Amino acid sequence: MSIDNSTVKKVAKLARIEINEEEETTLITELNNILGWVDELKQVNTDSVEPMLSVFNESMQMREDKAESNFENSQILDNSPESNSGFFVVPKVVE
Amino acid sequence: MTYVIEGKKDSWQVVLGLEVHAQISSKSKLFSVASTNWGSDPNTQVELVDCGMPGALPVINEYCVDQAVLTGLSLNAEIKKMSIFDRKNYFYPDLPQGYQISQFEHPIVGRGHINIEVEGKVKKIGITRLHLEQDAGKSLHDQDIKNSYIDLNRSGCALMEIVSEPDLSSPIEAAEYVKKLRSILRYIGSCDGNMEKGNLRADVNVSVKREGEKLGTRCEIKNVNSIKFIQQAIEFEAKRQVNIIENGEKIIQETRLFDPNKCETRSMRSKEESHDYRYFPDPDLPPLIISDEKVNSLKEQLPELPDKKKDRFIREFNLSSYDAEVIVNDQGTANFFEKLVKGRDSKVVTNWITGEVFSYLKKINKDIKNSGIAPEKIGSLIDLIVDEKISNRQAKEVFEEYMESSDDASIFIEKKGLVQLSDQSEIYKIIDKVLSDNPKMIDDYKNGKDKLFGFFIGQVMKISKGKANPKLVNELLVKRLKE
Amino acid sequence: MNDFENLSISSAIEGLANKNFTSLELTEFFIKKIEKNKDLNCFITSTFDKAIEMAKISDQKIKENETRPLEGIPIGMKDLFCTNGVRTTAGSKILENFIPFYESTVSNNLWDSGAIMLGKTNMDEFAMGSANTTSFFGNVKNPLGLKVNKELVPGGSSGGSASAVSSGLCLGSTGSDTGGSIRQPASFCGLVGLKPTYGRCSRFGMIAFASSLDQAGPITKTVEDSALMLQAMVSFDKRDSTSSRQSIPDFSDFKKLSIKGKRIGIPKEYMIDGLNSDIKKIWDSGISWFKREGAEILEISLPHTKSALPTYYIIAPAEASANLARYDGIRYGFRHNADDLNDLYQKTRGFGFGKEVKRRLMIGTYVLSAGYYDAYYLKALKVRKLISQDFEDAFQKCDLILTPTTPNVAFAIGEKQTNPIEMYLNDVLTVPASLAGLPAISVPSGFNSEKLPIGLQLIGKPFDEISVLAAGAVIEESRGF
Repeated sequence: MSIDNSTVKKVAKLARIEINEEEETTLITELNNILGWVDELKQVNTDSVEPMLSVFNESMQMREDKAESNFENSQILDNSPESNSGFFVVPKVVE
Repeated sequence: MTYVIEGKKDSWQVVLGLEVHAQISSKSKLFSVASTNWGSDPNTQVELVDCGMPGALPVINEYCVDQAVLTGLSLNAEIKKMSIFDRKNYFYPDLPQGYQISQFEHPIVGRGHINIEVEGKVKKIGITRLHLEQDAGKSLHDQDIKNSYIDLNRSGCALMEIVSEPDLSSPIEAAEYVKKLRSILRYIGSCDGNMEKGNLRADVNVSVKREGEKLGTRCEIKNVNSIKFIQQAIEFEAKRQVNIIENGEKIIQETRLFDPNKCETRSMRSKEESHDYRYFPDPDLPPLIISDEKVNSLKEQLPELPDKKKDRFIREFNLSSYDAEVIVNDQGTANFFEKLVKGRDSKVVTNWITGEVFSYLKKINKDIKNSGIAPEKIGSLIDLIVDEKISNRQAKEVFEEYMESSDDASIFIEKKGLVQLSDQSEIYKIIDKVLSDNPKMIDDYKNGKDKLFGFFIGQVMKISKGKANPKLVNELLVKRLKE
Repeated sequence: MNDFENLSISSAIEGLANKNFTSLELTEFFIKKIEKNKDLNCFITSTFDKAIEMAKISDQKIKENETRPLEGIPIGMKDLFCTNGVRTTAGSKILENFIPFYESTVSNNLWDSGAIMLGKTNMDEFAMGSANTTSFFGNVKNPLGLKVNKELVPGGSSGGSASAVSSGLCLGSTGSDTGGSIRQPASFCGLVGLKPTYGRCSRFGMIAFASSLDQAGPITKTVEDSALMLQAMVSFDKRDSTSSRQSIPDFSDFKKLSIKGKRIGIPKEYMIDGLNSDIKKIWDSGISWFKREGAEILEISLPHTKSALPTYYIIAPAEASANLARYDGIRYGFRHNADDLNDLYQKTRGFGFGKEVKRRLMIGTYVLSAGYYDAYYLKALKVRKLISQDFEDAFQKCDLILTPTTPNVAFAIGEKQTNPIEMYLNDVLTVPASLAGLPAISVPSGFNSEKLPIGLQLIGKPFDEISVLAAGAVIEESRGF
């Protein structure tokens, strides 16, 4: 298991995090260390072990289908860096 | 008949699989209490989950779960006792959480099937699965040159994604499949099936192959929102693929967009970039457990579905398979038919529904259920025709006007002066007048000019201003001419 | 003016009831104290005006004999809990200016119980850290370090909360624990830190780090205070699908519970390499105290203990990578100038998140990515099952488990920064109970040669916080200070 430049670049892109070259170099070392360390799990025998999705073992509570309106448009937009006419605004999305 | 594309070199078959997204007709969203109303001001139906606020948590809407189960049952599919919600991770401005809550490995509904009928033949189309997921918000791109605008009213609405097996092999089959699916969804009420509003839309997977070959590389045409476009998109895309292969090139698996204006598909490169969704079970949501009691009680709620109803209509009312299909497609129509046909001739009733009633509904842009037309309104008119109080032609001519009026059929035709003339002596009077006015022609007729019979009828009808009962005119004229 | 620095919540309640002082007096005392101790950097945002307003209401309620359980008690609120109209940052630049328009259930419950908010306490960015050195708003200092002339970390991630209680800037505070973020700072600051069973406290409005592990809990000076605050914090919440419907007991019943005859398990696997010898000694003392109280001590085995930390460092970052995807500069928070959308995402997140958060987001993204999911994430879920199973097996034999809380006492700011794993190892003794969702408390139990506090941890069966508290009280009574 080893992470190289292109993996770090690819993962950073997937996570939408801009990293400079210096960060990239540090991350390669750090991620390799961390992943090397968690690699010891490979030695644990997990044949026929079911993955544990949650420690919560009560059934899921369901909600009645009732519409509510708890927030105004102004509240929803209040924290946004850019908004206009009730919309959030982002740089043009090209499809 | 098999759908074949004749290329320059070979004949090609098309292999199609559809992923239909159906918005559940719930009042509130899948994981939030925000309203699902259509057409409200932007970002006014948004709860914390729908705009991905920090600390927001999803809580599932039981109605949506029930609708998914009902839909699964009506697709003859397996209802999974346990299903799991996963996060599908990708960045997009109309996806506020940075992930869509969906179901990946363990959907709520497993394998099933529906039947479609094309050119009189029934074909069984496999359903791979049905799962629940959140809809995304809406990005508007044409409000501003530099920016896109984001409205999250739709964000978090409940969708059922219904995935078919690649069992479809022509644009018509794909169209019939969507029609049938829509019909079923509307029967059980889980989705209103409105494609214009985007409440029902399809991703179409298209590949081509020569006969006997294995499946080819497929392209996915995203978000096609009308049945006509589905057909057009498939036709274009299949031909495009044939051309590429015959030119010795390879199909690249990709996502494409259908442009209805140019009637072509084009590549959506932006979506291609990073196809690594990193699905994993959503830790905010425990597994969804569906009890047998729930399934059983929902089973009891299931209405008679289109296929069953069709069979019954053929059996009970002696309809042709085609007529039955047309009548049962919409539940409102089927109900209307059943009320109307009571004590009446099914063929006449069918013709009236599929003819005058349908074209009237089209004109007023309503479906039969919300049009408010009472079956008796049509029934009393049909009865007058059968009782020969009015001719079929007359009825058709005044149909629209009749529909607009609040009068009972008999009063309406009386007011219009339309009552059919069926009094024998009255008709004889007209016949005698016509014959006495045309003595020469009687001689010609008797000497073998049969065609003149039509002329006499025409004259009688003309004098009676169309009111004379044509059948009776016919009968009485024959009698007179023999005398 | 009274000196309230060493006051416990329970004695404050008594003092208020006896009209020895008013809530306003208490509140004003702590406001002054917070202002005098700004160098500790315990608070990111102070809410003094609000506090005074709340205190006046409390005094009125006390006057009218309508006293609620925590009436007039000034506390610190970890800046991970969304507070309506009060900036909530999670210690991150990316939420530097975020003002929620909703209230977390836990904070709401506390205000409904009459507690008073002095401010939002500092924390590791998005609760990722064990030393409170990853906050965008700067390091928090451990007040106990200043007594020995050292700049020590308070622990993390609830470092501001722990430091504030320890230095007497408030009577108690809330924390959140994902892998030890309540217990470890409590231990470093000489306090009681309780992580309840997963599902006890609602997560609604608590900014998520790793949803399957995050759990709120109190940081207090005494076990009794812990029970009092916990009582106010817990509730079944229909806005959280993982909120438990288990009945909620009266946690003060821990006082009636005798530890005599209880079986206390000592897991041999917690005797790790590098366990500080002073800590080992205190652990032994702890064992003797329980023996003295008539508890039965038995050695138990939790065979997968060694795997807990690597498991945690796959699961928690994986969940975080999705939980933190919403911070994109579009609807709230920091937004970097950008030419196009992709640039907006990458720059906002590149500059908005600190180093440790980015590191974990990278790991989390990687372990979930195509080709690695099975080897890392799925594997970790399976090992988590084994770890949880270990506890289930152990609890067939014993009622409680006694361990140290941390392998070391509070260390100097700047230490353990060369290699992330060094920092991660702080959580080696707290993470297993987190993975199993079990209630666990850290109680001050002694000191090292430098007079720095050492905490012992008690882990209980699911929803058995009462036994955990009762055993914690035994330590409190036995330790001799």
